Amino acid sequence: MEFPILSLITWTPFIAALIIMAFARHRPLMVRLVGTIGSSITLVGSTWLYFAYDHAKAGYQFFEWFPLVPSLGIHYQLAVDGWGLVLVLLTAIILFAGSFASWTVKTRGQEFYALLLLLVTGVFGVFVSLDLFVLFLFYEIAVLPMYLLIAIWGSSGEVLPQGVFGWAFKRTGVGTKEYAAMKLTLYLLLGSAFILVGMLALYTAAGSTTFSLLDLQQVKYSPALQSWVFLFFYVGFGVLAGIFPLHTWSPDGHASAPTAVSMLHAGVLMKLGAYGVLRLGFGLTPEGALQWAWLVGSIACINIVYGAFSAMSQKDLKYVVAYSSVSHMGIVMLGMATLTEQGINGSVFQMVAHGIMTGLFFALVGLVYEKAHSREIFKMGGFATMMPGIATAFVVGGFSSLGLPGTAGFVAEFLAFLGAWQSAHSWWLFPGVTGAFLTAIYVLRVAKQIFFGPKSADPHFQDLPDAKGTEWVALVFLVCILILFGVFPMLMVKPIDTATVAILQHMGLGR
Amino acid sequence: MMNDRVTLILLALLAPVASFLLIAAVPPLRRAGRPAAFVSFAAVLTSLASALRNWQLSGEGSEPIRAAWDWLPAQGGPLATMGVLIDPQSTLMLILVTLVATLVQIYSLEYLHTEPPGALGRYYAYQSLFVFSMMGVVIAPNLLQLFICWELVGVCSFLLIGFWYRKPEAARAALKAFWTTKAGDVGLLIGIVLLYRLAGTFDLLQLKHSIESHTFETAGLGLITFCLYLGAMGKSAQFPLHVWLPDAMEGPTPVSALIHAATMVTAGVYLLVRTEFLFRETPEVLALVAWIGAITALMAATLACVQTDIKRVLAYSTVSQLGYMMTAIGAGFAGAGFLHLLTHGVFKALLFLGAGAVIHAVHSNEMKDMGGLFKRMPQVAIVFIIGTLSLAGVPLFAGFASKEEVLGAVLAGGFMGPFLMLLTAAFLTAFYMFRVVFVVFFGPAKPAHAHADPHAHADAHGTGGDPGLAMSGPLWVLALSALAIGGYFTLHHAEAEFTSPAWLTPAAVTVALSGIFLAWLTYQRQTISADSLASAFGPIRRAALAKFWIDDIFEAIYRSGLLALARIIGWVDRYIVDGVLNVISAWTLDGGDVLRRIQTGRVGDYIFALAAGLVFLMLWMGGGF
Repeated sequence: MEFPILSLITWTPFIAALIIMAFARHRPLMVRLVGTIGSSITLVGSTWLYFAYDHAKAGYQFFEWFPLVPSLGIHYQLAVDGWGLVLVLLTAIILFAGSFASWTVKTRGQEFYALLLLLVTGVFGVFVSLDLFVLFLFYEIAVLPMYLLIAIWGSSGEVLPQGVFGWAFKRTGVGTKEYAAMKLTLYLLLGSAFILVGMLALYTAAGSTTFSLLDLQQVKYSPALQSWVFLFFYVGFGVLAGIFPLHTWSPDGHASAPTAVSMLHAGVLMKLGAYGVLRLGFGLTPEGALQWAWLVGSIACINIVYGAFSAMSQKDLKYVVAYSSVSHMGIVMLGMATLTEQGINGSVFQMVAHGIMTGLFFALVGLVYEKAHSREIFKMGGFATMMPGIATAFVVGGFSSLGLPGTAGFVAEFLAFLGAWQSAHSWWLFPGVTGAFLTAIYVLRVAKQIFFGPKSADPHFQDLPDAKGTEWVALVFLVCILILFGVFPMLMVKPIDTATVAILQHMGLGR
Repeated sequence: MMNDRVTLILLALLAPVASFLLIAAVPPLRRAGRPAAFVSFAAVLTSLASALRNWQLSGEGSEPIRAAWDWLPAQGGPLATMGVLIDPQSTLMLILVTLVATLVQIYSLEYLHTEPPGALGRYYAYQSLFVFSMMGVVIAPNLLQLFICWELVGVCSFLLIGFWYRKPEAARAALKAFWTTKAGDVGLLIGIVLLYRLAGTFDLLQLKHSIESHTFETAGLGLITFCLYLGAMGKSAQFPLHVWLPDAMEGPTPVSALIHAATMVTAGVYLLVRTEFLFRETPEVLALVAWIGAITALMAATLACVQTDIKRVLAYSTVSQLGYMMTAIGAGFAGAGFLHLLTHGVFKALLFLGAGAVIHAVHSNEMKDMGGLFKRMPQVAIVFIIGTLSLAGVPLFAGFASKEEVLGAVLAGGFMGPFLMLLTAAFLTAFYMFRVVFVVFFGPAKPAHAHADPHAHADAHGTGGDPGLAMSGPLWVLALSALAIGGYFTLHHAEAEFTSPAWLTPAAVTVALSGIFLAWLTYQRQTISADSLASAFGPIRRAALAKFWIDDIFEAIYRSGLLALARIIGWVDRYIVDGVLNVISAWTLDGGDVLRRIQTGRVGDYIFALAAGLVFLMLWMGGGF
């Protein structure tokens, strides 16, 4: 039997979490070391996986299989294809950076790290599972710890009630971290309900004998079933991918969450949603996907432009980054809706590019907040003189965000745009490029306000230190990867393409 | 031999990249300042030497050399490649880029000698990145690579305009430049995406081949060339996207000379020269190019007449000359536009560096603080006058041949309107440039400027005379190049693609000389008072002082359009989209409160409910019988 590399990657964070809870209580340094070592192991494992994957052979590789509940057809079945491969790598990268970015968590450090690691096990599990039942279990593991992470370690803001619905804002407590945590959890659980119904429908339609993705893919479902099951998957997973108008959990959630949680959530968890639509929606119900692609793509266009404008109007730095995720996830959804090779490649590449970029951004916002104790964009000013390193990283992240060549963001967006113009709905190209232009406006406007211009006269903002020590790790690491994938996009596109070609053939769109 | 040239070009490209990476990734080197500058010199000199050697190796009429490596994989062959395309155009352009870059980098060392070492290191890192990116545009064998490097030069421009980022005007100008050019780049990107679907390739040679052998439908080509032109419009500062270039003068003067005069701003012209075969298929877009070019040339020349900041005069002059190049291309003679691009690159870099030397000595950009500088800095004055004569289009100097070529091309293309506009602009060019010369070098000397500009620091020379070798050397090299080019074209009249009427040369010379004469009368002899001249053109002057309100229109679009729309959408998202959700959850909470009241805990209530339920059940079942 082969070495179970996927299980190793998936369960290492879980084991690290157990070790932290059992042995590292009240020993902060030990907690951090265990967390970092655990994340390093997954990073090394994922990198090894990346190089060991046979591109020529393509398809699913590194199979692991043993029965869990054979009578119901539930098996522990793991494997990765090109998409899973790059997304596992992305998750490991963000986890590694995140474990450094949460170095300064002060209260209940061991619980924080343990929950974070637990969550990541769920994420890895979704990317490598081939059994729908197991995949769903992992999905819930990835989603639920978020409630505690935000409600306990988060931060509250203030939102003034306005407009005709203002009365409800006081009732629900908009702006508090508890509200944000509850909103996020309820929204995602609503999504889970849709996903579960969809999965069970396919399971019963296929004869209630197997939950295996590969087996279920071979079944020919009726078009009517495919149609509504696809919609269920789209809504269910789409909530997590931040589709309009179900996206409002994301700005509140990401703004309230602590740094590492925002990094992981916007960087990786939102990709679970997009991955779910692609893997289950497109893979299991291809006719539904063909039927509803117009809807997916059109809503994605709304996401792109609407998210960009919303980001432009924000005054809180974290909200800007959160809304930019809503906008960028639009590119992911747009790319897959094009049903073209370039578009889907762009979609998956954008998952990686956006994941790294937004991870970098949230790490930076966390650092700025730690130094300046403020997220109010328009109160800050001239920080570049005091924190040149943070300013540089912010500008590089901004460049990737606005799709500047030389960073990963460009290639991903360009592929999605190429796909859009080749799709049946070529007008999608125009909202797409408009979004990229609007991103240039809001990102650089924020960068200019915070970092450039004369130094703010505010006494709180004098003599702020630059990043130091372990804080550099996440920044330098993520910046280098953004540029690496931007200059050598084949590193990502090559594995992604193998899986894309396979799914297009499965959908009957292959060449 | 072919491989030699590819290797040479790769060497030229990689040296600045290595320099950039070294300076950027090794903080001690960057913070040391001058050592970083020397690393950058070594790289750019390598590039210059390679470019010159490549020129030497190029034979007459040789086939273009192309080498490409896979960059973006796709099923059934790469989607995109990266590589080099060496042909006469890229060979000449490479020399211009590397020559001006080398001179500017050397010049900067003295010009920026009061900068802290860390800032100097940063400056040279950006400079190296710029040289690489600009060469990338020049040698790009396909449109995607061209676009990538095109955006990178835009970033270098952004970073270098904002070099003094503490100054609010500089930070603002950097953003304005980036956004305006980016708006054009959106067009360029759309054009490339559209073209890919139509032709299935990004490769220039393949595209050219397909066009020539008519292997693809040219029906949608008009939209595509228009989109490509939008990109060129932003980068090459064509009306109405020219607004960023004058503001870009907030950057250090050597940067203005390199990026905003000689190289980057001409990238748009170069793009059109490269894709000329596409534009040829769409004459209506070419006509648009010609008309916009002429409008740009005339408008910018008018604006240059009312500027008081020496760098802004030169900036508008650059916009105006870019208009000349574009008009020639629009008229169907890309060769003439390209020729003007090359000569303009040399003498405009010379003018900017000369102006920089003046600014360095006077500590001000304002011409009212300058005067009688010929005696103080004769070398600078002489080279500046050489540059001015070239720009004005006086015979024997570099600009003469190329400007006449442009005028002839426009006439040969049958564009009478643009021709007259260009002729008027030529008159204005001679006028405003000699206004600068007379005011700055020959007018009455002015007292030293009291409050020094934040970036033009007190210089070590004290007397404020001619600058040191690092600055005057590059000036002389450029001046002699301008003279050499002028001499070359006087002796070898270029083999033109068209025949110009015999009256063209006398007309062009007359126009130039009369512009000079008017400037002499007004600013030297003062026979005509500048005030009466100004009042004679009252309305035009007022409009020109307001920059024809174009900047205000963009400002309004940004503030009252984009930002206002953003505020509305942000509000809708928070209070309507999210509001509905909060209403639903508030109702749920309220509903829970209501339902909670049912559980009163009193036995009587429960018995009553039980009895009621029983009655209901019996009625319901009874109905079933």
